[in-house]
Amino acid sequence: MKEQKKVAVKVNNVSIRFNLNKNRVDTLKEYVVKFFSRSKEYEVFWGLKDVDFEIYKGDRVGVLGLNGAGKSTLLKVIAGVYKPTEGNVVKKGKLAPLLELGAGFEKEYTARENIYLYGAELGYTKAFIDEKFDEIVEFSELEEFLDVPIKNFSSGMRSRLGFAMCTAVCPDILILDEVLSVGDAKFRKKSEKKVMDMFDRGVTVLFVSHSLAQVKRLCNKAIILDHGTLVDYGDIDDIAKKYEAILEEHWGESIEERRARRIQKKKAKLKKAEDRLKKREEKKRLEAAGADAEEQNTSNIETEQQNANEQDEVVKE
Amino acid sequence: MKNYIKGFYNYSFLLSELVKKGIRLKYRRSYLGILWSLIEPLLTTCVWVIVFGTLFGNHGRDFPMYLIVGRLTYSFFSGATKAASNSIHANASMIKKIYVPKYLYPLSAILYNFIIYLISMIVLLPVTIYCRVMPTWHIIQVIPALILLLVMSTGFGMILATLNVFFRDVEYLWNVALLLIMYMSAIFYYPEKLLKSGYAWILNYNPLYHVINLCRGAFLGYSIDMQSVLYTAIWAFGSLVIGLIFFKKKQDDFILYM
Repeated sequence: MKEQKKVAVKVNNVSIRFNLNKNRVDTLKEYVVKFFSRSKEYEVFWGLKDVDFEIYKGDRVGVLGLNGAGKSTLLKVIAGVYKPTEGNVVKKGKLAPLLELGAGFEKEYTARENIYLYGAELGYTKAFIDEKFDEIVEFSELEEFLDVPIKNFSSGMRSRLGFAMCTAVCPDILILDEVLSVGDAKFRKKSEKKVMDMFDRGVTVLFVSHSLAQVKRLCNKAIILDHGTLVDYGDIDDIAKKYEAILEEHWGESIEERRARRIQKKKAKLKKAEDRLKKREEKKRLEAAGADAEEQNTSNIETEQQNANEQDEVVKE
Repeated sequence: MKNYIKGFYNYSFLLSELVKKGIRLKYRRSYLGILWSLIEPLLTTCVWVIVFGTLFGNHGRDFPMYLIVGRLTYSFFSGATKAASNSIHANASMIKKIYVPKYLYPLSAILYNFIIYLISMIVLLPVTIYCRVMPTWHIIQVIPALILLLVMSTGFGMILATLNVFFRDVEYLWNVALLLIMYMSAIFYYPEKLLKSGYAWILNYNPLYHVINLCRGAFLGYSIDMQSVLYTAIWAFGSLVIGLIFFKKKQDDFILYM
């Protein structure tokens, strides 16, 4: 079966080398000093080392790994932002990179102007943007703020616009870097639905998330990276199990234990908050007992409202 | 080569958007907007005419014209190369996210400054009337002059943009260099005295002086100096070739320094 499938992304022995900040020469003076003292040595760090795999068309690949394993670097190499030091990446079809969504806008520009500029950077044509303009605005829910400079936008608004821009096109390959946690709950639902629609259309996906549950839910394959090397690649169920083992080793406890401990911790926190609330209520009551009846009423209503709010917040936590 | 042309065509919309951005943002917060590209050179020329014309005794009738052509040309060169050298840093957040041919950033910086320069040439009209200099057919000489100027600025811009990624000092060094170039290009004084002295080489080897001279020839109506054209052409295309090769070789490392 697999032989018949078309390869969408082929990563050939990719390595990428970074020169670490520690010894980076950033100014001419440093360069001259280093040049004459013959100590222009870098501490070499391999962001990726000899990573080699293929993704078939229609596969949804989760990229797993601990912090600093090279997940984002890998996505950036595939997106073409980083050029690998060795090896190369072959891509078939249109690629939509959803990386760092809020970044990359011109701050002085209004939302309207930014849609055109950003669209051009994404490789859209003017006709295409004209056509999709209303859709983008509607999806990002920014109708009222079209002529406001982006610098006055909240980060949520920026991310929403970024998401709407990047998903305006119907891509063949979609690169998602922790972007399904953008905006408020309503927008999150909407953006997840949009991504799901793309999934249904058979788009090839590369997905980075710290949530193993999310990866399990969305992907059919997965990759494990560790310190820049490819540890394992295969079907999601196998890989998820292996990754769980890695996590358990990393945490020094099993997933169930950790989950139980975390739930307990949360419960304790909740209880503490409740106690605090009760104490405050009591205090208020005592204070109010000495005051006028009328005042007592109003303050009671206020505190009740306040308590209700606080309780809401606690529940959310 | 064919691929390059095709790539360039694909990104022409982005280039035009970047050029538009440069022009729009330059005058965004001002009431008079793009009019400043006319008012500003006119006012500074007035100051220079008073200082260098009256106080230092350059009393030629066409001195204001002589001055403003030099000033406009110099300020295009300095503005364009400064903007180009800063262009990679200015667009870092974009470069970190999306693959785009990086030469578009310095190129757009040069082009938007060039367009502002062309617009600001409108001020030459009132100045010609004031100086009573009749335009002659020599005015067509401005075309090769502008092409050479554009090519030379692009070459310098590419070199500076590349250097500036690795060494931020370049920005400040270039500011000083530009000041030196300004004094060495006979912008607000007549060159004759200097040319007769032992320091004639300062002007003879200065490509910007030659470009300014070509522009002045066009507007003030004296014939083209072929040697000047040849010399500037060598500088212009030489710097362009060096700039392009240098930029192309280093562009993949930019991302590691941002």
